[in-house]
Amino acid sequence: MDTIDMTIHGLHQALESKQLSSVEATKAMLARIEAVDPQVGSFITVTPEQALAGAEAADRRIAAGDMDVLTGIPLALKDIFLTEGIRTTCGSRILDNFIPPYSATSWEKLRDRGAVLLGKLNQDEFAMGSSNESSAFGVCRNPWDTTRIPGGSSGGSAAAIAARQATATLGTDTGGSIRQPASHCGCVGLKPTYGRVSRYGVIAYASSLDQVGPLTRDVTDCAIMLGALAGYDHKDSTSVDLAVPDYVATLPNGIKGLKVGLPREYFIAGLDADVQKAMDAAIETYRRLGAEFVDISLPHTDYAVATYYLIATAEASSNLARYEGVRFGHRSAGAEGLIDMMTKSRSEGFGAEVKRRIMLGTYALSSGYYDAYYVKAQKVRTLIMNDFIKAFADVDVMLTPVAPTPAFKIGEKVNDPLQMYLSDIFTIPVNLAGTCAMSLPAGFSADGLPIGVQLIGRPFGEEAILRAGYAFEQATEWHLASANL
Amino acid sequence: MKYQPVIGLEVHVQLLTDTKIFCGCPTKFGSEPNSQTCPVCLGLPGALPVLNRKVVEFAIKAGLSTNCSITPRSIFARKNYFYPDLPKGYQISQFEDPICQRGWLDIQLEGQEPKRIGITRIHMEEDAGKLVHGDLPGLHDGSGVDLNRACTPLLEVVSEPDLRSSDEAVSYLKQLHQIVTWLGICDGNMEEGSFRCDANVSVMPVGSDTLGTRAEVKNVNSFKFVKQAIEYEIQRQIDLIEDGGTVVQETRLFDPNLGKTRSMRSKEEAHDYRYFPDPDLVPLVIDEEWVERSRRELPELPEQRRQRFITELGLPEYDAEVLTANRALSEYFEAGVAAHGNAKAVANWVMGEITRSLNDSGTAIQDCPVTPLLLAELLKLIDGGTISGKIAKTVFDEMWKSGKAPHVIVEEQGLVQVSDSGAIEAIIDGIMAANAGQVEEYRGGKEKVFGFFVGQVMKASKGKANPAVVNQLLLDKLKG
Repeated sequence: MDTIDMTIHGLHQALESKQLSSVEATKAMLARIEAVDPQVGSFITVTPEQALAGAEAADRRIAAGDMDVLTGIPLALKDIFLTEGIRTTCGSRILDNFIPPYSATSWEKLRDRGAVLLGKLNQDEFAMGSSNESSAFGVCRNPWDTTRIPGGSSGGSAAAIAARQATATLGTDTGGSIRQPASHCGCVGLKPTYGRVSRYGVIAYASSLDQVGPLTRDVTDCAIMLGALAGYDHKDSTSVDLAVPDYVATLPNGIKGLKVGLPREYFIAGLDADVQKAMDAAIETYRRLGAEFVDISLPHTDYAVATYYLIATAEASSNLARYEGVRFGHRSAGAEGLIDMMTKSRSEGFGAEVKRRIMLGTYALSSGYYDAYYVKAQKVRTLIMNDFIKAFADVDVMLTPVAPTPAFKIGEKVNDPLQMYLSDIFTIPVNLAGTCAMSLPAGFSADGLPIGVQLIGRPFGEEAILRAGYAFEQATEWHLASANL
Repeated sequence: MKYQPVIGLEVHVQLLTDTKIFCGCPTKFGSEPNSQTCPVCLGLPGALPVLNRKVVEFAIKAGLSTNCSITPRSIFARKNYFYPDLPKGYQISQFEDPICQRGWLDIQLEGQEPKRIGITRIHMEEDAGKLVHGDLPGLHDGSGVDLNRACTPLLEVVSEPDLRSSDEAVSYLKQLHQIVTWLGICDGNMEEGSFRCDANVSVMPVGSDTLGTRAEVKNVNSFKFVKQAIEYEIQRQIDLIEDGGTVVQETRLFDPNLGKTRSMRSKEEAHDYRYFPDPDLVPLVIDEEWVERSRRELPELPEQRRQRFITELGLPEYDAEVLTANRALSEYFEAGVAAHGNAKAVANWVMGEITRSLNDSGTAIQDCPVTPLLLAELLKLIDGGTISGKIAKTVFDEMWKSGKAPHVIVEEQGLVQVSDSGAIEAIIDGIMAANAGQVEEYRGGKEKVFGFFVGQVMKASKGKANPAVVNQLLLDKLKG
């Protein structure tokens, strides 16, 4: 098997048995990036020197017998993770010159285990988007069909896996930003429970919804990555002090008797026929594996998208206030005076979608509108959370589509934000409820586009969805297919 | 028409924690600009606040000392506005559900009944940085931002509009100042801005129950300026109404040089702060046990101590008031009483010689060279008749200068009181002989001259003669 096709656990074996060095694996990845990135556009910044230095250090650790499963594994990060000394743009012009003085906790954890950083990945600007088209650093294309979007906002993180430019990547998921691109690009993508992984050093979009998670080639890799990322961080007050289970160890435990809920609100008219087909096939596979299906209801699903676009934009309007050109980032050259400098820096630095959401959020928080919009949205959010709590009284996991359609064409929905927002109807409720969910490769459309299904777990129930995903993976071969690039 | 002023105060109390409210940076004043900063207080992307528990403890103490109830689940909120000294574009503060609510302080103006002033709320928040203008390193005639102060912990104490005069406002403010410094949670330095006040002032016709439109006066940074600013503002509003005008809701700035307030921004220009709960901080849960522990740890408060000085030590009200002006002074006094026993004698000396010497030399009571134990020893020398009260003052001055114990000074300088009647009689005889005319006057009924003889004897004995003995012997001899 080619180095670039390997999983984390496969590459780990190769490194451990000295069939391969981390420097060799890293060089192979860098060469692949150089070869295909002009077609794909997964990367905003490639960091060959840091990568090779990291790989050399990893090889020394391996030689010294100080080896972890992530030691020497070449990874890449969404450009939303702060990396000390390495430009971090968040896909925005306003940060095109920002070199952070510190690193995100999640990257530090991976780095300390010996992971190698290949570079920083393309994304929608400030993680606002579902197609990666709002990036200020060029389009990112779907490796399965380069006329199509890879999904978003972690588009580069999914495309890099599909294009075999990194063994695994990190993304963030605020309303589906890991799961939807994972589905569109045929990889595994996990959004952990809110509080499971530290947000420190991750540029905030909507603080009460943002969560860090991995995108990988298979479920085992996903479990490995989550085990490395999860855990309490004293620098993030919203991270939860809860023991981290050995996610890999419990993968083979099987799913006999697993109760799987099918929320009826997720099987709507207008669901793409190919997506419906993949869902039907997945249900059939699980039935064969011994799962029991339960018809459940999440009655407030219809309100999720509206609720999300009030809460997320309200938080974003405040989170993005710090970008005004005073201390870092883009500062307008032609400004006269303070207000003018701030206004121009922001006007020039932010793209259209970011401005739209800042305005929406500012409006939702304004005096006189706060109760009608923000407070009401918070109340609906509670109702949506309660939907999940009630439903999980009867089931262990839920099985749903990830996105209503496979990847759409680049440019298709750019001028129709509402249509774009509906790409996330099946993923958004999970963020509002604060629980965990995973996208799993589950088939292809007639056009050969990957389609994922979503497993939703209880809060801090990542073990259950990983185990269910692993069982599915063992019974199918969708995750083994690779884009012809 | 007669007008009734209505005043409410908002006081910012800078807390004496070692580190900032949401990060581990030191709070020291006067360091190199931006040397006490980190990603959190610089507002860098990705940084997150973590609440300093000490700030919560200080806030609870302030709340309990001002009769507030402590909110079991309080929330931090973001107050959004743009300013270069506000790194995140929002200030983390509290809006709904502040940590302390519904308290009060009793004030008492001279010759009046005590009056209860309501405290609406006390909340925790972070301070902003500051802007510096002029010639800066690498920047000629520019503006710079110093974020050392950013994220410094503050309490904001908001009173009800219960104050009716500038004197009441100052009295309330002084009491609050006394409490926070007494608790050791604030250094109380008004010039450096550790304790600063905004005043909401309105007027209404006497007898009316409809409040007038208020103006908020900012930048009043001494008790004197608070009085001046409020009085100016009351008169300005009355004049305006009398001239047929109307008061507009606005923020006004006090200019201490002119003693006047001027408009800063109108209601229309006021910010819409778009408060909402900060999603980066979880709700702060304070259980009953925490509150009770804090209550047990509270020191005796100035009002309680004042009462105890009156009832247990038998001090006059005035003395008790003076001696509880600050915690260190009252502790000095109590240490003196413990070592000596006579509260009134110690009080007289602390309020007299000690206070005078402290004031003259600009020394804080904590640094007083005459310790309470040495003061007690000095008083014992007077009690035992070793020295007179007058000589004691000489000894005290020497103690202040040299730090020596009083008995050492008395010995070194031969200041022991002369009570031996033989020695004193000899002096009296000499003086009577030299002043035969005055002796005649006295004997002729002019008793005032007695004082003259006492003075002469004391002078001749260099103050060492025991005054009681002198008096007795003089009486006997003059009567012949």
